[in-house]
Amino acid sequence: MSAPDTLMSTELMRERKVALAPKAQVSGLDFYYGDFRALKSINLTVYEQQVTALIGPSGCGKSTFLRCFNRMHDLYPGNRYAGSIVLHPDNTDLLSREVDPIEVRMRIGMVFQKPNPFPKSIFENVAYGLRVRGEVSRRRMAEKVEQALESAALLDEVKDRLHQPAYNLSGGQQQRLCIARALATDPELLLFDEPTSALDPIATASIEELIHDLKKQVTILIVTHNMQQAARVSDYTAYMYLGELIETGVTDELFIKPRMKQTEDYITGRFG
Amino acid sequence: MKDNLWRRKRYEAIFAVVGLLALMIGVLTFATLFAEMAINGMGRLDWSFFTSFPSRRPGEAGILSAWIGSTLVMVVTAFFAVPLGVAAGVYLEEYARKNWVTDLIEINITNLAGVPSIVYGLLALGLFVYQFGLGQSILAAGLTLALLILPVVIVATREAIRSIPQAIREGSYALGATQWQTVRYHILPYSSAGILTGVIIGMARAIGETAPIITIGALTFIAFLPPSPVQAAPPFLSFEWLLSPFTVMPIQMFNWTSRPEAAFQVNAAAAGFVLVIMTLAMNGLAIWLRYRLRRNIKW
Repeated sequence: MSAPDTLMSTELMRERKVALAPKAQVSGLDFYYGDFRALKSINLTVYEQQVTALIGPSGCGKSTFLRCFNRMHDLYPGNRYAGSIVLHPDNTDLLSREVDPIEVRMRIGMVFQKPNPFPKSIFENVAYGLRVRGEVSRRRMAEKVEQALESAALLDEVKDRLHQPAYNLSGGQQQRLCIARALATDPELLLFDEPTSALDPIATASIEELIHDLKKQVTILIVTHNMQQAARVSDYTAYMYLGELIETGVTDELFIKPRMKQTEDYITGRFG
Repeated sequence: MKDNLWRRKRYEAIFAVVGLLALMIGVLTFATLFAEMAINGMGRLDWSFFTSFPSRRPGEAGILSAWIGSTLVMVVTAFFAVPLGVAAGVYLEEYARKNWVTDLIEINITNLAGVPSIVYGLLALGLFVYQFGLGQSILAAGLTLALLILPVVIVATREAIRSIPQAIREGSYALGATQWQTVRYHILPYSSAGILTGVIIGMARAIGETAPIITIGALTFIAFLPPSPVQAAPPFLSFEWLLSPFTVMPIQMFNWTSRPEAAFQVNAAAAGFVLVIMTLAMNGLAIWLRYRLRRNIKW
């Protein structure tokens, strides 16, 4: 059913002439909301410094899958994982009971669907991740905050008002602030859960451009319901349907020549 | 068609009148009572009324021991009710698993808010006054009123916490925060306006309570002040006042209204006026604080 990604055209990878090291390896992942099996034996490799997009119709489990990576499901009772997500290079199984979800979230950042800045100043928002890690040096914190805002292409717009409330920013700026907030702690993997669905086209374009630039410093996994967006920003695409991973592949190839009929129907707009 | 519209609009007018009347009954009753009390008591309202002890001569009697007693009891009440109530509210909302035990606790807390205050007085008499040996003291009274307003504080805390969007919590956890850090940096600061409002409304209720305070044995005639909490000699702070006998405003009022001399009724009206002003001031403070604290919080 789900095409194991080892099948994924190795020639094409070679063609790209990039050293592709796996950052995370998902094997046999099942996820249950109580008795409901929301994810069914998913296998996927996420490559380092690449953008991997998860696409599929609403309710197919792509957000549920994304939220397994940082153990967000642990916040709510009755959720259960089976299988593994191994994070390289240290081969830590993120889903293992011995691994503290807080430790996982210290390595994996997340940007949500709707911008969710804290009702604090711009500076405090970005500094928060450092603060919870116990950073005390004001100088180091200020440096980190500035770097993160720079990486999120927000520094120029806010450098004169770092201590003003974050909610004064526009929607697109708020989302970039949330990206800066996640970047400030140098995550190894950054999860995006439909980051532009609450934004206008111009703000969307700036976020997409940012995602494209960010992959130099961090591996990215993005959920999107917008196929054009997946085509624009990602190197790899995985198509999900009803909790299963139907097909994964190099984005250009998957969109031009999908191997599975279901994938083709979805990307040609026959359903979804 | 015009006829139909007219008929429907007639009910609208009727309801508007009925609603206005209902509102006026409430507002005017309070206004009349308050005005009557103010007019009756105005003659006694001067500086010496606040600085004199009660006396056998109505013209010389004042509310010094009563308002100081009320203030000190309120300090003790807040000292115990706020941390206990907030901690319980945070625990129930953020930490406790949602199961039948928490449901049962929730129902119980709501019910506690409806228990007659005299029942709290009886509990306090047995527990604080005799069992713990606190006697008829400010501490015992403060603890009693703290118990009385605890459900109010817990409910206000929970409601304030519930109004914080889940996205804020998830944002905090996603950055690697622990549960305590999320509570400390987000939950408590963003709910503080609601909590404070609840606390002050609870205190405004407590300051007017008479029954439980009489039950634990507050004195009705008291011509001395509790020992001062501040001393000239080290360690400068003294807690002797906690175990001192006391009286409070409503009891002083009650005492005066039960006297046969008409002049004492004037004193009672004046004390009532002061008590209502104290309560209104607390409610005003609650409104102002809520406005101040919410100004910077939006999502």
